[in-house]
Amino acid sequence: MPPRLKVFVVLIGLAIFLGIIELVRKRKLREEYSFIWLMTGFVFVLLAVESDLLTFFSDLAGIALPVNTLFFLALIFMMLLCLYFSLRISALTTQVKNLAQQLALLQSKTDSHTSNAAN
Amino acid sequence: MISEQNILVLIPAANEEERVGDVIKGVRKYVPGAKILVVDDGSGDGTARVSREAGACVVSHPFNMGVGTALQTGYKYAVQNRFRYVIQLDGDGQHPPSFLPAFIAKLKETEADLIIGSRFLQGRNHDIPFARGAGNALFAKLVTLLIREKLTDPTSGYRALKSTALQFCIQDTYGFDYPDADFLLTLHRSGYRIEEIPIDVLPRRGGHSQHGGLKPVYYTIKMFLSIFIILLRKKSVQKTP
Repeated sequence: MPPRLKVFVVLIGLAIFLGIIELVRKRKLREEYSFIWLMTGFVFVLLAVESDLLTFFSDLAGIALPVNTLFFLALIFMMLLCLYFSLRISALTTQVKNLAQQLALLQSKTDSHTSNAAN
Repeated sequence: MISEQNILVLIPAANEEERVGDVIKGVRKYVPGAKILVVDDGSGDGTARVSREAGACVVSHPFNMGVGTALQTGYKYAVQNRFRYVIQLDGDGQHPPSFLPAFIAKLKETEADLIIGSRFLQGRNHDIPFARGAGNALFAKLVTLLIREKLTDPTSGYRALKSTALQFCIQDTYGFDYPDADFLLTLHRSGYRIEEIPIDVLPRRGGHSQHGGLKPVYYTIKMFLSIFIILLRKKSVQKTP
């Protein structure tokens, strides 16, 4: 990996790391979701610093340029992350639907009691 | 013997303030002893107010969640309030309440858990747009093939359910945006019986159809995918007596 790119990747990794810590500190991101992002930053820095590791993975996968391995891994990681969030959204959609239905049914019951009491 | 007090007439409605009042009046005329529930699916107009003024009980969703969820809210209401039968019809006035007695008569005589009002039984052939008619025919043939029982109108929203089917529909496994062919297939695979009775429908008198814009494309793709997934699933939910 060219030295300039290495510095660039390390800086991106550190920025992700520090940005996530700050978001958790300000309670804008839950700890359970921060872990996966912290790992992203860590892997970025690790692969940039340990070029041999990147070369090893490149040889393993038959990729000529190690930098392409980095992009390839980043792409796979992003796809997995999107899948994970789709799973979470599916679960949350069911929960929101059930809550909204329960709210509507309770509201109807309350309205009915209120109008009965008024009469 | 079915007492009308055991029947909940369920009307899902979204932005139907100009039509839902007449539907409620029609229901009152044909089944005066039944309770009428309008599930207002996040309407931005006076659907809830008009429904209350017409004498219906109203459950209002805080935001629009689609017809499948609106129906499930009604089913949950029916189970919580121990209704044994639900007859559902659209709030846009396309389903004539004059067929309600036919549904009640069928509920009395049949062992089926779900009764569908079909626009295509006994030689009926309604003037519906070509694409929608073709889609309905396609899914009718597909469901008929898969369940090995003749169904002619899987997209009809005019239906009656017994308490057995209601128990199925209040579970989280009921996740149908449009409870049509995929819903009927799931229900049948779980051991429930489905029958049809002939009905007529009226033309829509204004408002917006739920099948406008690109929704038919989404509907068709989603329905095929949903049916495919159902066929891959094990029969996890079985009919409870």
